Amino acid sequence: MFPQDRRYTKDHEWVLIQGDQGTVGITDYAQKQLGDVVYLELPELGRTLNAHETFGTVESVKAVSELFAPVSGEVIEVNGGLVAKPETLNRDPHGEAWMIRVKLANPGQLADLLDAAAYQAYVDAEAK
Amino acid sequence: METSVGTLRKTALNAAHRALGAKMVPFGGWDMPVEYSGLIAEHMAVRQQAGLFDVSHMGEFEVVGAGALAFLQRVTCNNVAKLLDGQAQYSALPMPNGAPVDDVIVLRRAAERFLLVVNASNIQKDFGWLMAQGPQACELRNRSDDFALLALQGPKAEAILRRLTAIELSGLKYYHFAEGEVDGQPSIVSRTGYTGEDGFEIFVAPERAEALWHRLLEVGKEDGLIPAGLGARDTLRLEARMCLYGSDMDESTSLIEAGLGWIVSLDEAKGEFVGKRALLPQKKDGPSRRLVGFEVVGRGIARHGHPVHLGGDLSGSVTSGSFAPYLQKSIGLCYLPKAHAAVGTEFEVEIRGRRVPARVVPTPFYKRSQ
Repeated sequence: MFPQDRRYTKDHEWVLIQGDQGTVGITDYAQKQLGDVVYLELPELGRTLNAHETFGTVESVKAVSELFAPVSGEVIEVNGGLVAKPETLNRDPHGEAWMIRVKLANPGQLADLLDAAAYQAYVDAEAK
Repeated sequence: METSVGTLRKTALNAAHRALGAKMVPFGGWDMPVEYSGLIAEHMAVRQQAGLFDVSHMGEFEVVGAGALAFLQRVTCNNVAKLLDGQAQYSALPMPNGAPVDDVIVLRRAAERFLLVVNASNIQKDFGWLMAQGPQACELRNRSDDFALLALQGPKAEAILRRLTAIELSGLKYYHFAEGEVDGQPSIVSRTGYTGEDGFEIFVAPERAEALWHRLLEVGKEDGLIPAGLGARDTLRLEARMCLYGSDMDESTSLIEAGLGWIVSLDEAKGEFVGKRALLPQKKDGPSRRLVGFEVVGRGIARHGHPVHLGGDLSGSVTSGSFAPYLQKSIGLCYLPKAHAAVGTEFEVEIRGRRVPARVVPTPFYKRSQ
C-alpha cells in the first residue's frame, strides 16, 4: 500500500506537496527492487531541476539506479542524514528517507503524475 | 520477464527458492536466486554463522580410464599427480597463450577416476575444448545434469553438517573430500568453497537436493544458518580476493597476470601441458601487468567496467568492484602495469564521469582468523 497523500512517477519516485514545496523520495517498491542500499548521491542546494532530469544516484550492494526529478524546481533542502545513513531507505522509504525538497516551479506538472492507486496498478503490472 | 525465464535453465531447487521468496535473476543461462532475506544479512551470516547456497548450475565432468591422469596433466596447469584419492585441487584449463578457457576444481575419486567442477556459463565451451584436446585411453563425460551442488559455508558449517552425516568431518582438511551419506543419501562432501570461510560443497543427485536443502536449513537453524544467494556469493568471494571467470580473468588474461601462478606447476614430473611454453617464462620473470586489489579512497562504489586512470592516463578498467559488506568499504580488482602495481600505489577510478581516488591494498581484503 502506498501513501495516498502524494504523487508517484513510473520511475518509482514520490513527491509530497506542502504549499509551494515538494518533498521527493523513492518508493517502497523501488527500495525492495534495489536491495540493501549502501550509497547515495544527492544534488547541491540551490540547483534547479527540470522534471525527468537526473538529480542523483542510489546504489545497493549490487545495483546502481539513477534518481529522476518528478517535478521542476529549485533544491531548497537536502537530507544529509540520509546520505550518512543510506540504509534508512530500506527501513522508511516514505518517511525518514526523504531525499530532497524543491520549490515548485510549475505546480501544473503534478497532473502528469500518478496517484497512489494508479501507481499501485502500474507496479502490479510491472511485477507480472 | 516471464518470457525470458522460460528459456533459462532451472536447478532442482528452483521451486524451493521461489517458495522462500528469493529474488531470481538470470545468471549464466540459469534462473538463480540472487538474494533471499537481503544480501548484507546473508553475507554476514556466512562470515559469522553459516549460509546455504544452491550452486547446482556449476558443471561436472567425469574423466575415467587408464589415461585419465595423463590427459588431465596435459590439459590443466596444476600438477594432478600430487592428488591422492579424496583430494581436490584448484586448477585451470589454459590455452596455448596461457589464458584460461576456465578455472576448475579437480577431484581425484580414484586413481583412474576424476571429477572436474567447471563454471556454469562455460560448460559447453569447456567440454568442446577438452574433447578437442583428444582424450586418450580415458573417457570424458559431461555429468552436469547428474549432480546438484549445495554449498554450506561459514564458521558453523561443520557443526551443522555433523548432524546429518557419519563422515568424519573434523579430520577432513581444506581441499579434501569424502564420499558417504548425508541425511541417508549418497553424496560427495568436499571441504571447498568460494566465500573465504570454512565450509563444504555437497554433491548429490538432483532428485535428493530439495530434501537435503530443507534438512540442512532445519538442523542449522539454531546456529543461524540461512539461505544465501549469488549476490552474497559474489561479495564474499571478492572480499576473499577469489577471481571470477569472465570478469577478473578470461581468454585475454594470462593466469600469471591474474595472480594464479601458484596453480601453474613447474614440477618436471608434470611434463608438457597446453599453455606451458607461454606460462613458464611469465612465472619466472613476472608478467607485464598484475591483477591488484584496491580500495576506493574517495566517495563512490567502483563497479565492473569503470575506467581506471593511472597518472592521468586511461590504463584499464575495474574487473570486479563492489561495496564490501563485512569490511564496510568500496573495494575492487583491476589490472595495473607491473611498475605501478605495488601496495600503496594511487590511481583513479572513473565513476559516472567523476574521477575518484583509489589505492592498491594488500589482498585478500578479508582473511578469516583460524
